[in-house]
Amino acid sequence: MAEKKYIIKQISIFSENKPGRLAAIAHALEEAGINILAFSIAEANGFGVVRALVNKPDGAYETLTKLGFMVSFTDVIAVAMRDEPGGLFEIARILGEAGINIEYSYAYSGKEGAVLILRVDKVEEGIRKVLDAGGKLLGAELFG
Amino acid sequence: MWDPRVEEMPPEELKRLQYRLLKTLVYRLYSFSNFYHERMRAAGVHPDDVKTLDDIAKLPFMYKSDLRDNYPDRIFTASQDELVRYHVSSGTTGKPTVVGYTANDLEAWTTSLARSLTACGLGRGDVMQVSYGYGLFTGGLGLHYGAERIGATVLPIGTGNTERQIELMQDLHVTAIACTPSYLVHLGETAERMGVSIKNDTNLRVGILGAEPWSERMRNQLQDSLGIRVFDIYGTSELSGPMFTECTEQQGIHIWGDIAYPEIIDPETGEPLQPGEKGELVMTVLKKEALPMIRYRIGDVTMLDDSVCACGRTSPRIMRIQGRVDDMLIVRGINVFPSQVEHTLMGIPEVLGSAFQIEVDRRGALDSMLVRVEMSRDAFSDKITDLMRVKAKVTHDLRNSLNVAADVELVAPGTLPRFEGKAKRVIDRRVY
Repeated sequence: MAEKKYIIKQISIFSENKPGRLAAIAHALEEAGINILAFSIAEANGFGVVRALVNKPDGAYETLTKLGFMVSFTDVIAVAMRDEPGGLFEIARILGEAGINIEYSYAYSGKEGAVLILRVDKVEEGIRKVLDAGGKLLGAELFG
Repeated sequence: MWDPRVEEMPPEELKRLQYRLLKTLVYRLYSFSNFYHERMRAAGVHPDDVKTLDDIAKLPFMYKSDLRDNYPDRIFTASQDELVRYHVSSGTTGKPTVVGYTANDLEAWTTSLARSLTACGLGRGDVMQVSYGYGLFTGGLGLHYGAERIGATVLPIGTGNTERQIELMQDLHVTAIACTPSYLVHLGETAERMGVSIKNDTNLRVGILGAEPWSERMRNQLQDSLGIRVFDIYGTSELSGPMFTECTEQQGIHIWGDIAYPEIIDPETGEPLQPGEKGELVMTVLKKEALPMIRYRIGDVTMLDDSVCACGRTSPRIMRIQGRVDDMLIVRGINVFPSQVEHTLMGIPEVLGSAFQIEVDRRGALDSMLVRVEMSRDAFSDKITDLMRVKAKVTHDLRNSLNVAADVELVAPGTLPRFEGKAKRVIDRRVY
């Protein structure tokens, strides 16, 4: 299926809400020569989830699991966003009108412009709707 | 029933019988036991003060240390030539303890088990494999004579050599096994590896399980996987040995009223608790010649049910043992046992019930309790709402089973300390 090439493997890491946890994760990835392309932290009372796009997801999974971290893969999509007023609205509107729910999202502004990373409830349908509406998605090959 | 006259005795009549037996016991001990005579004098109680069955609460307690301090036989009330057997406990928690038995003591023990095994639906025609240890441990010989008494055929195989146990179980058409719950789990797994289905390839239908703590969950698993019914058995060497079991209703362990009198007390104050209230089990053996036990604090935690059982038996029942008093914590006035926490966590698939830590602290005047539990890797979702749901479920289930609220912290698997021997799961930071 054509949509498959836009499905990106995000790694999610469970972390206790304690000083030094993020440093431990980042250091481990550095040691393994893994580059973090985008990342966010979701926090709740007492714990958090670190979510990241990296250049070698399988390597990151293995490295962190070996150190005892609880890690999982989640399918996300990355949408190129116009880096100007209305850019976010455009994408949110496409998904909203298609009845696709955004579970969470984070953004970064890279060399190729602004990118919105989305975890949606219906991934393949989301990809189709964005493409049908003329939106641009980043291919999974950019993220490992 | 083995002995319907006693087993179905109307509760009031049973209480009168117990009172007479207690009175006799107390007089006998006051007269013939230096040890208990001194105990009673120190407590300012005379046998004449026991005017009702409830007056038992006036009598002083006995402790495991009394047996250890008087090693080997200084508190026996029978001379050596009246004894027909010794059993000796392993002594993992200190010096070993020795229990002596007169012929009448063995008779009472065997009678108790004859009633109990009958209540589990066993009798003539059954073949019982006794896979408890024989020898100084009371399990093997206790079950052995109890099963013989009801006319069952005994296979006195003892412990070990599981493959041979399974072969003989098949060849001799064994219908019942007496062993520890963990051994039955092991036996089931071994049988599976050998290509033997306990359910389809053997005649096994009953398990009599005890000598270590187990749970209702384990019962369900064993009954489902092996296609048999398993019953809880209770006793300790100080009470003679394994003595009491559940009946086929599986609603608590019947404590035969003419043999023993159970009480539940608050382990802190020593005050008696009501049926349905959880506390420390205190046992008085009403007929015991060589080593009488009055208000013996075994240290096990359970509840009492004095209603008449659906099976028609009137003797009071104790519920499954929930933990040891030594492990008990008091949080905001409520008794909390680490075993309860473990049991609750075991019932939640998203967390690892085997790995947890309890931290108790004091915030101002109030106790606070924090339960740290490891998440199961399979249950890890990167959605915060899913994790919050797990946390809320753990909090809710703990609140329900402990009757006191605990904060819950989810941690990654493998992060809490592991223990080789006895687990040290409680950190109590309170300063008094």
